[in-house]
Amino acid sequence: MSNITAELAIEKLNNQFGDQIVSSEMLYDFLTVTVAKKSVKDVIQFLHDDAELNCHFLTTCCGLHYPDQSEQFGMMYQLHNMVANYRIRIKSFTADAEPVFDTITDIWPSANWMEREAFDFFGFRFLGHPKMKRILNMDSLEGWPLRKEFPLEDPFRADKDDKMFGR
Amino acid sequence: MNSTKNEIIKEKEYSTLNLGPTHPATHGIFQNVMKMDGELIVEAEPTIGYIHRAFEKLAERRPFAQITPITDRLNYCSSPINNMGWHMTAEKLAGIEIPKRVQYLRVIIMELSRIADHIICNSVIGVDSGAMTGFLYVFQWREFIYEIFEELCGARLTTNIGRIGGLERDFSQKAWLKIEQLMKELPGGLKEFENLLVRNRIFMDRTIKCGPISAERALAYGFTGPNLRAAGVDYDVRVMNPYSSYQDFDFMIPLGTNGDTYDRFMVRENEMWQSMSIIKQAMEKLDRLDDKTSFHADVPAYFLPEKDEVYNTMEGLIWHFKIIMGETQMPKGEVYHSVEGGNGELGFYLISDGGRTPYRLHFRRPCFIYYQAYPEMVKGGFLSDAILTMSSMNVIAGELDA
Repeated sequence: MSNITAELAIEKLNNQFGDQIVSSEMLYDFLTVTVAKKSVKDVIQFLHDDAELNCHFLTTCCGLHYPDQSEQFGMMYQLHNMVANYRIRIKSFTADAEPVFDTITDIWPSANWMEREAFDFFGFRFLGHPKMKRILNMDSLEGWPLRKEFPLEDPFRADKDDKMFGR
Repeated sequence: MNSTKNEIIKEKEYSTLNLGPTHPATHGIFQNVMKMDGELIVEAEPTIGYIHRAFEKLAERRPFAQITPITDRLNYCSSPINNMGWHMTAEKLAGIEIPKRVQYLRVIIMELSRIADHIICNSVIGVDSGAMTGFLYVFQWREFIYEIFEELCGARLTTNIGRIGGLERDFSQKAWLKIEQLMKELPGGLKEFENLLVRNRIFMDRTIKCGPISAERALAYGFTGPNLRAAGVDYDVRVMNPYSSYQDFDFMIPLGTNGDTYDRFMVRENEMWQSMSIIKQAMEKLDRLDDKTSFHADVPAYFLPEKDEVYNTMEGLIWHFKIIMGETQMPKGEVYHSVEGGNGELGFYLISDGGRTPYRLHFRRPCFIYYQAYPEMVKGGFLSDAILTMSSMNVIAGELDA
């Protein structure tokens, strides 16, 4: 059914963006391409506009946090070409302590809340986003809950100390 | 002096209506601040997050087996689909092959819950358009499906059904009898419901052209599931990326054309008939299979041993303890798996670093994504249409807020 191969997609991206493509690999059934942060929006726009790749649908996007890496924050986008049933995952990492990504809400309005979610949970800002505001958490919340350093529970509770498995 | 007076008159005064957070007509905790021009909606601004429970954060601290109960609470109208989606994601990561019989059993469970989900949504469309009767008629079937779930796993709403590697137990004789009874009696019940609404002039006048969305806008807003199909796009995960042996089944994807409330209603209505046909096919296929007993894959490292073994053998006890505490090895990797949920493509994006819990788990929750289109869909319409549009979109608060 799908006549777009991973090789074709990689070749097209390499031709267009060259050294902006950091790496690409197949993770299970998914082609995952890591892109330099400053051109992530161009890559997504290219995948969206290209007549052959035609990734016209944004399946999902979310933030990532790897505190042990030098480029600790990242965004993940999953695009889908429903006609050829081809999916591709774009990732981009940055070393900034307060990352700012380009918004893709002008490509897909559906990215609006997804980016707000990434802001809400990771503190990423999106340049050009129409309403950069917390979405699921209360506005007065301090900190970014899905960053790894954010504690799941109140760390000062003495009544819930479990010596065997930790808290 | 005169000119300022004219300007004041020219400037229309709108009223603000706060619909929700708890409002009897919204079926869940949704708040919409609406700017009204009399009875017409000028602008709507949804506020979400009232029942946010930080599932993605919780999942980073829970062993894989303990994440299933979290998924129950996403779309709680069809929990079994969410459970199965999660099991399949973990199985994909660990590379577990599931026996055919278990796949068919899972299909039966998933289609039953799809019927239950659609019954709720469609009958509530009836209620919101002023027809309480249909709701009361079909809810007995939803109740009956919940009785089947009770027979299968002991729970009704938050089912936690199945395990990574299969099902926790085989279907009982009583469960099979109930499924057969449902297959016999549901068509009549559904027909009765359709007779009430489908060609009803009042219902059609009320729902046709109510909250429409075009196929292009629906795709741009990330619609999936019945809402997208009502707009005329034949995207169904069961057909596009078959999981759990859906490729073995012969079924249609019902489509609409206008993407309005009536089309969404009809797509769901027809999907229920398709689901019934899938369940029938699955039962026939199960009859033809040589394998009559297996209800899980042979993976002692992931699938909980029988209680008898746990209490009487050392090895059983060790495996039980290891699985419950998340000490079995999950491979490193990154995997995305999606299933066709009750209201769209429910995806699980899982990053595992080989530890006892996922490193990161992101849920692609269909209604969180498509609910963004709500302000655009109700703009310029009546308030009563906005209520109908929301119920026909099948927005489930648990899934919306994660």
